Amino acid sequence: MTAHARRRRRVDRVMFTLASLATALTLGVLLFLLGYLAWQGASSVSLTFFTRLPAPVGESGGGMANALVGSFKLIALAALAGVPVGFLGGVYLAEYGGGSVGWLVRYAADVLNGVPSIVVGITVYALVVVPMGHFSTLAGGIALGLMTIPVTLRTTEEFLRLVPTSLRDGALALGAPRWVTIVRVAIPAGLRGIAAGILLSLARVAGETAPLLFTSFSNRYWSPGVGQPTASLPVMIFTYAISPYDEWHRQAWAAALVLLAVVLGSNLLARAALGRGRPA
Amino acid sequence: MTEAPIKITVRSLGVRYGSTVALEDVSLDVPTNRVTALIGPSGCGKSTFLRCLNRMNDTIPGVRITGDVRLDGEPLYAADVDPVALRRRVGMVFQKSNPFPKSIFDNVAFGPRVHGLRDRVRLHELVERSLRQAALWDEVADRLDRPALDLSGGQQQRLCIARALAVEPEVILMDEPASALDPIATAKIEELIHELKMRYTIVIVTHNMQQAARVSDVTAYFYLGRLIECGPTERLFTNPDRPETEDYITGRFG
Repeated sequence: MTAHARRRRRVDRVMFTLASLATALTLGVLLFLLGYLAWQGASSVSLTFFTRLPAPVGESGGGMANALVGSFKLIALAALAGVPVGFLGGVYLAEYGGGSVGWLVRYAADVLNGVPSIVVGITVYALVVVPMGHFSTLAGGIALGLMTIPVTLRTTEEFLRLVPTSLRDGALALGAPRWVTIVRVAIPAGLRGIAAGILLSLARVAGETAPLLFTSFSNRYWSPGVGQPTASLPVMIFTYAISPYDEWHRQAWAAALVLLAVVLGSNLLARAALGRGRPA
Repeated sequence: MTEAPIKITVRSLGVRYGSTVALEDVSLDVPTNRVTALIGPSGCGKSTFLRCLNRMNDTIPGVRITGDVRLDGEPLYAADVDPVALRRRVGMVFQKSNPFPKSIFDNVAFGPRVHGLRDRVRLHELVERSLRQAALWDEVADRLDRPALDLSGGQQQRLCIARALAVEPEVILMDEPASALDPIATAKIEELIHELKMRYTIVIVTHNMQQAARVSDVTAYFYLGRLIECGPTERLFTNPDRPETEDYITGRFG
């Protein structure tokens, strides 16, 4: 074997080891997180956790039913507020956004994506909470919705761009106007990827805590409608984790486990949707 | 070959993409219910020419088109012509088959639906007739609801032809429709072209000179963005006027 070939093999081995280590580390962090949460939280996840309101300090038992419902309401509102804007904006960027306006929108989306979530919270506090006079589910939903816009926008654009020109040409050559080509051919062909992107962005904001502190705040009881402060899983975890009570700590672990399960579940769902897609 | 009336008249057509000249001063008559073949080496402008006939070049940014193209005497590039409406009359089949990721039925029904046909019975009739005309019906009749992408390459291309026929165009443009197919699938497409010219005017771009000789009535030879020679296929292949044409068809270059 020549010196050159030996050197190549040595470099190959080093690089392979480094890459394997990095992979193991990535996977290890996730597994450790899951394992630790399960170990700490699983014993406190019970039926009452899903069905009961939080118990007063000193009493054992109780659950986080209101926080679960609150989180789902917040995410639903976020989807309602953010997804249409992000989706339509993405369609605009992919189909018409060649010029300087497109550049500006893309740039704005990237900046918005980098805005710290607490800043989003303060902004919505000023724009929604202050005029309303109190915290509300609505304000929290708007804050989370704002945060879904950049990812929804960019994934919609990316997946529409992946739809081959030949498909659009095919529709245009049949005498379809441009908007019909977009609505009936391009969007359906990219829909799986777009839906997965939306789901991922919603899963991401499901765990956001900072923007909710200023917007939906918290609540020990049920929050009817969307006009009242509401409990949510991330804020409950925050409040319970910094409390001095052991019972609350256990509940916080349980809530963290449930939250992670929800996020992980929707991630898997999104990936399954992507994986089953035919190459369009 | 008897003289056929002219379907498309092209005069002094020029196309530029930015500063690149793709086509210069092309004048050509396309006869009705005949197959006109466009041949020439890659980059000679034959596909660009084809895409001028249904204004598909309009979709490319930075394109400039000059000259006069007329369909049945009406100018295609007049200000009041809607390219979307034009493409109903001038259909197109592409080099790479491009079925939509939908069912076989929905692919063929796409055009008619876009143009407002909702009646399910008539839609079904139209889909069946189009698939029969494209010689695909017998192979897919029992699986119209299957994804079009499950079909073989040759079947996909015939599906695209059926899809174009379903709009009931007058002219069909084909951009190397068989270049990605095996010889058997190619033979089927060529047979199909022979039958389709009874009803339609066909313009076909091909790299395959035997194919041009087999399927076409008129052949036009393009080189470097110019039309070098155009005439009845038999004469052009046996006794070309221009030495450049002879060089190309005898395979001395290209």
